Amino acid sequence: MAYHWRWEVFLQPAPSGGGDTFLDWILAGLKLTALVSLSSWFIALAVGSVMGVLRTVPNRALYAISTIYVEVFRNVPLLVQLFIWYFVIPELVPLRLGLWFKQLNPFLQQYLAAMLCLAFFTGARICEQVRAGIESLSRGQKAAGLALGFTLPQAYRFVLMPMAFRIIVPPLTSEMVNLVKNSAVASTIGLLELAAMGRQLVDYTAQPYESFIAVTVLYVVLNLVVLGFMRWVEGRARVPGFIGGGGR
Amino acid sequence: MPYDFDWSSIPGALPFLWTGMKVTLRITVTAILVGIALGTVLAVMRLSRNRLLSWLSAGYVNTFRSIPLIMVLLWFFLIVPALLERLFTIPRYADTRLTSAMVAFALFQAAYYAEIIRAGIQSVSSGQIGAALALGMTNMQAMRLVILPQAFRNMTPLLLTQSVILFQDTSLVYVSALADFFGAAYKVGDRDGRLVEMLLFAGAVYFVVSYVISSLVKRYQSRLAT
Repeated sequence: MAYHWRWEVFLQPAPSGGGDTFLDWILAGLKLTALVSLSSWFIALAVGSVMGVLRTVPNRALYAISTIYVEVFRNVPLLVQLFIWYFVIPELVPLRLGLWFKQLNPFLQQYLAAMLCLAFFTGARICEQVRAGIESLSRGQKAAGLALGFTLPQAYRFVLMPMAFRIIVPPLTSEMVNLVKNSAVASTIGLLELAAMGRQLVDYTAQPYESFIAVTVLYVVLNLVVLGFMRWVEGRARVPGFIGGGGR
Repeated sequence: MPYDFDWSSIPGALPFLWTGMKVTLRITVTAILVGIALGTVLAVMRLSRNRLLSWLSAGYVNTFRSIPLIMVLLWFFLIVPALLERLFTIPRYADTRLTSAMVAFALFQAAYYAEIIRAGIQSVSSGQIGAALALGMTNMQAMRLVILPQAFRNMTPLLLTQSVILFQDTSLVYVSALADFFGAAYKVGDRDGRLVEMLLFAGAVYFVVSYVISSLVKRYQSRLAT
């Protein structure tokens, strides 16, 4: 049986009303994917930086906390983490907070759960990159900072972190690309991001190939945008003299 | 008391959960074996001097690596049944989800393994190839008898780490409602109204398996380094 291609399906009105076409649905999904990825990226960066620093400080307790964080979030599947954020955490937090969450509108519930899940999952990976970045600096850097009279936090703030962050831009790029791809998991709890819109389109139009091709292409485009942007950041952040740092 | 835990539905559900775990393991093992085999072919193609082969392999790897796994799975749950139907005369509504999942994970993982294997091959010093060729081996023989054995030794830790990720990722077959370990746990939790306990239990099982294997890999890696 031959498949009947009907690309014009994207221009047909969607049943959501208001003159929306199916193309608008897909674009709305794209926007949501970008939004959830971007918002969790900032949280992930903050969490990952703090935890990454804790992985390198000379304090047993802080080191233990950050190690447990990394191990737990790296060894439990993303899907399970998402379901735990969505179904389990609201039951376990203090009653009033749980109630507040359950009374939010469903979209906000899904969005919050997906954002926090992706943020902490990605944070664990960023944490390891930050640690590797700090550890790649020569010991003399920290010693010099302390010798100049900096306290340890100051040495981190003014000497180690500025260097470490510039060094780890390339691995962070691939984490950002992964984050965008991972955000598709949010479709399983009903968040209508790009992948979910693709599936919804199949249900409504019975044209699976067109819809999946459109969604797949948009993910590739989104990845290319991230790669392009990060390449620009890489160019500006490059440290001369380091591997890949250029000769200038 | 904010939440009353009730773990009593777990013991009775263990046989069902084990059936699910077997599905998870079947997908994982198939994907590891097929993935590494295909990944090796892709890596050798990528490094070959033939432009077309190298280009084909790069296209394959980059395509799979830039698409979310969920989309890959959805594609395969759409395509594989249609293909099977055309190639073999199987009943129209036969359950092909397990086959589709195995094919999808194998092909998807191959792209990731290929990158690891390529790096492993490149880590073998080029003098080795020169020596093998000087001994009169053909290119293929040098690759098979000299380069690949050394490359695999170097990259075993990375291949294993990637396989742990694969083991975790198989939970995504949830999108097809196939009852793998996670799907089984979710179903039981949903049925008994004990989703909280079952999700935590599932998370704990994945954690223990992944953590133990990762730790073993780390120990193996430090032994390899000395």
